[in-house]
Amino acid sequence: MLKKIAFLSIVFILSFNASKASAPEAHEVEKSEKYDPVPEIMHHISDAHEIHFWGKGENSVSIPLPIILWTNNGIVSFMSSEFHHDEEGHHVVEKNGQKFINSHGKIYYANETADSHGSFVSHGEDGHTTNAKPIDFSITKSVVGIFLTMIILLLVFTSVARSYKKNGGIPKKLTGFMEPLVVFVRDDIAKENIGEAKYKRFVPFLLSIFFFILVLNILGLTPLGFNVTGNIAVTFVLAFISLIVTLASANKNYWKHIFWPPVPLALKPLMIPIEIVGIFTKPFALMVRLFANITAGHIVILSLISLIFVAQAGSGDATAWAVSPGAFALTLFIFVLEVLVAFLQAYIFTLLTALFVGMSVEEQH
Amino acid sequence: MDLVTPSIGLIFWTTLAFVVLLILLRKFAWKPILSAVNTREESITNAMNAAEEAKKEMANLTSTNERLLNEAREERDSLMKEAREMKAEIIAKAKEEATSEGEKMIVNAKAAIETERKSAIADLKNQVASLSIDIAEKIVKGNLSGDDKQKQLVNELVEEVNLN
Repeated sequence: MLKKIAFLSIVFILSFNASKASAPEAHEVEKSEKYDPVPEIMHHISDAHEIHFWGKGENSVSIPLPIILWTNNGIVSFMSSEFHHDEEGHHVVEKNGQKFINSHGKIYYANETADSHGSFVSHGEDGHTTNAKPIDFSITKSVVGIFLTMIILLLVFTSVARSYKKNGGIPKKLTGFMEPLVVFVRDDIAKENIGEAKYKRFVPFLLSIFFFILVLNILGLTPLGFNVTGNIAVTFVLAFISLIVTLASANKNYWKHIFWPPVPLALKPLMIPIEIVGIFTKPFALMVRLFANITAGHIVILSLISLIFVAQAGSGDATAWAVSPGAFALTLFIFVLEVLVAFLQAYIFTLLTALFVGMSVEEQH
Repeated sequence: MDLVTPSIGLIFWTTLAFVVLLILLRKFAWKPILSAVNTREESITNAMNAAEEAKKEMANLTSTNERLLNEAREERDSLMKEAREMKAEIIAKAKEEATSEGEKMIVNAKAAIETERKSAIADLKNQVASLSIDIAEKIVKGNLSGDDKQKQLVNELVEEVNLN
């Protein structure tokens, strides 16, 4: 019952959070009779140097995060609050004899002088910032999400491990909830795809990747505004690790299959490049699948909420009220779907990783 | 394009975090959890096997019991049969003995009676003899006047005695 209430409140808070974040924008553009939800949505699904809750500009309520930069003069770090929520390149921060500027959530070296709009960045013809960038090792919103996930996973699973000792191997409470998932990954993912003989070695890795993705996916559904598994860098790392594990565990049979595939000789010049490309397309697909699914989910939910503000900007408050229940119902529906997707994508990523590992350790029949 | 351009910082932190997480979880979570689950699964399998064994043993035990019971029953029956036979035998023997004893006693008694009778007769004869002599004496004292008469008397007497 408690979990149900918590879940429903998450749904509500998410919806209200999104509306709060969008509301001021809606008021500003009311006169133009057109509301463009894209910047708001893109802002949400992109990584950021602060955890933003509500408000615009100087009035924003957010948690500042540390910025760590690998600059020409060594490592520089300061809190993101020093930019005073500025993302337009107006507020210059000077550290270690260098000037930095935040333009659309990215840190650049600032120009010496401001342009006519008071901005210290220059833009190219396509509107993109052309300033030089230090290498950014900041603890961004996504990094916080990852650390949070680490803490959650460590707390949950060390306590589960302890509970076995305490209760003499009988799963109780949290352990009773987690054990079927663990056993599912072990039996239905690892054992099923890698094979009885060799699966044991890979179970800890598969469990880690499954729960890491699962918790990050669920974290993305909370009103904290994380979109970690919907970030290409994160899915890239996960897919890359999956590739490394696959290749590191590969046996002679696997390499032979790639460099000397069992096809007629005339086809070999065609097949060998295909097989080599195949090594990389598999993790590439993993990377894109997870990224696209989670990002799409976030975009759909935010778009549906934005319908209300599009209606308000276009036809006034009465229409906005009329649209609200529909938009809310649709959001709720997609949100529930996203909960399913959170599990499904974690499952698919782990399943395919296990499948690839299984192919790489498979013995010749 | 920003959306599909991975940032180096996030790649760095994700890799670091995931590798650290993997090492920590492997050591402090997955190993103890999996070993606990394995141990329990093994113990369940063992317990089920043991239950199966026990069931078989139970069946064995029941059949053994059945067999023992039958044996005991047979033994009891045979014992009772034996006892019955023995009883009949004892009774028969006792009867036989009693009969022979009785016969013996009767024979003895008869013999004793005979002896008694004989001694009684002898006694009587003696008494009769002495009485006769006494009588004879008296008679003789009275009638011993003539030889004829004496002889007659003696003859009469002897005859009388023989008749007895």
